[in-house]
Amino acid sequence: MSFFDFEERVIPLNDWVQDGVDWLVEYHRDFFQMIKFPVEQSLNGVSWVLTHTHPLVFIFVLAVLAWRFSGKKTAVFTILTMFLIGLLGFWEEAMITVSMIICSVLFCAIAGIPLGILAGRSDRFEVFIRPFLDAMQTTPAFVYLVPVVMLFSIGTVSGVLATIVFALPPIIRLTSLGIRQVHPELVEAAVAFGATPLQVLRRVQIPLAMPSIMAGLNQTIMMSLSMVVIAALIGAGGLGMPVFMGLNTLDIGLATIGGLSIVLIAMVFDRITQGMGKNRR
Amino acid sequence: MDKKEKILIKGLFKIFGEKPAVALKMLRQGSSKEEILAETGMTIGVQDADFCIYEGEIFVVMGLSGSGKSTLVRMLNRLIEPTAGNIFLDGEDIASMSSEAIKNVRRKKISMVFQSFALMPHLTVIENAAFGLEMTGIKKIEREALALAALEQVGLEKWAFSMPDELSGGMKQRVGLARALAVNPDVLLMDEAFSALDPLIRAEMQDELIKLQKKNKRTIVFISHDLDEAMRIGDRIAIMEGGRIVQVGTPEDILQNPADDYVRAFFRGVDPTLILTAKDIALKNQVTIKLRPGNGPRTALQRLIQHERDYIYIIDENEIFKGVLQRDELIEMADAGMKEIHETHLKPAASAFGSDSMQEVLPLLIDNPYPIPVTDNDGTYLGTVSKNLFLRTMHKGGQA
Repeated sequence: MSFFDFEERVIPLNDWVQDGVDWLVEYHRDFFQMIKFPVEQSLNGVSWVLTHTHPLVFIFVLAVLAWRFSGKKTAVFTILTMFLIGLLGFWEEAMITVSMIICSVLFCAIAGIPLGILAGRSDRFEVFIRPFLDAMQTTPAFVYLVPVVMLFSIGTVSGVLATIVFALPPIIRLTSLGIRQVHPELVEAAVAFGATPLQVLRRVQIPLAMPSIMAGLNQTIMMSLSMVVIAALIGAGGLGMPVFMGLNTLDIGLATIGGLSIVLIAMVFDRITQGMGKNRR
Repeated sequence: MDKKEKILIKGLFKIFGEKPAVALKMLRQGSSKEEILAETGMTIGVQDADFCIYEGEIFVVMGLSGSGKSTLVRMLNRLIEPTAGNIFLDGEDIASMSSEAIKNVRRKKISMVFQSFALMPHLTVIENAAFGLEMTGIKKIEREALALAALEQVGLEKWAFSMPDELSGGMKQRVGLARALAVNPDVLLMDEAFSALDPLIRAEMQDELIKLQKKNKRTIVFISHDLDEAMRIGDRIAIMEGGRIVQVGTPEDILQNPADDYVRAFFRGVDPTLILTAKDIALKNQVTIKLRPGNGPRTALQRLIQHERDYIYIIDENEIFKGVLQRDELIEMADAGMKEIHETHLKPAASAFGSDSMQEVLPLLIDNPYPIPVTDNDGTYLGTVSKNLFLRTMHKGGQA
């Protein structure tokens, strides 16, 4: 018998995880339902509004936003793109996807900006949070889809939750980076004039970190859009659905136009949010 | 002149590192800065500073980079926490104040101007100037009125609604100055405030500061590594080296009696004729004679011969300078049978005031054969400056 044998000494981590998730599902379902509740409510609200808005109104509003933040070219591009998506027959799906994106980005911003500010101001917190962010970004989505389904069941809400996990890190990282990039002299000057830490944050650090925070928001939106197809695997509706169906039935045409629509929406949102970041003085 | 002490600094230390108490103990037991660095890895920022700053003066702290001057000035408003010692501002110890109290001192009593200007790039000029007031919580209308007044003081009211990046370096620093003035502080800390400006603008800003200071006497602590600047604006100068205050005094004091080689090295190359005044160097080593009955040309001649001098300086009963007579003139007067030297016999003689700089005395020395008499503003005789003395002073100041 050998002195040390990997065959015999295996850490049963997989069993532990299995037991842990089972335990969570059994005894802490309420807690997870509580997390699910606000997401579910806002998602239902946003998607109800978007699917009940007349497409022309939606296109008009989006075009105005594009024009305000990013200029005429983007406005024209937005109008053409949205018409194309409608003409491809995916208007309803697109609206569901957009509401998923809006919800996940909203929750990412609510959680991510404060966490990013904390990480930007405290080295210790930054060190603490970094491995979690790495894990959230690199763990293959398929790995946490199963526990997400077990804890939150299938559907669009679970899709949004899975999306939040994946899309949260960039806004935290870029907010932290933005805060850290504020010239220490400016912070010192503010303190020298009697600013409290909160005043430094409000009047100096956040305004100066704004371009970086907006870049984080932009990245979060892009990451959310890249999760659309994966979210469809656990029953989320929207533009991921035709892609998923197309793959299942080898309907390349269907998968392609679904994918094309996702890319077009991503481009529109990217241009608009990038414009938001640049327009701030 | 009685001066009120505005800031009194006592036994002030700053040690950067893990365990400042250990380093402090070693310092007090006589270890050197280098020994402490080698043994503990801690650096001494400021070592046992002990001096006072008078109300209404411009106090320049001068030293090379790394001498601790920036650390010292940042302890005055506790941007850097002192390791030990006291800083009394109007009798209150800043070093032991609560963070709430120090916040109020920063908002109302001490404001600061930075080398890099440190203007908020996202705020307009007037918002920048009002920044300190905004921290205090003053209403927008009120604080913008005060900020505008401060901008007027520095001549930038027309730029109130520009962004800082539209301004030149000199203008930016004027905004920095306006921001500091807007809160109407007692004490102004200026950390190398003009060092980032080009020489012409720098001189302009120095003049402006002196002008502002004349109107509105504040206590200014000015950090500089530039000797000319220190000489130009400083009422008193503290020279720092390696965290220690080497010498504190007026520019003249320091130039004339440098405490050690470091200070001397600083002044090498400085033109002493710009700083030293006639009073500083005048000596009473010439023969004088009082204007009174009994003091005739013969007495005067006798004294000249006795002291081997060629010129005699005539003063009256009250030590007021009256004139100069040459040996030959005295001989003539004696030959003419005059018994007494009378004021009417004296031709007007060149003389300098005590406050004249050496530079101003120089042309008099060139034009006249005799050592130039120096008088007070009311005419009291203070001594003379000879060509010899002038050259010796220049030599000493320039390279001793």
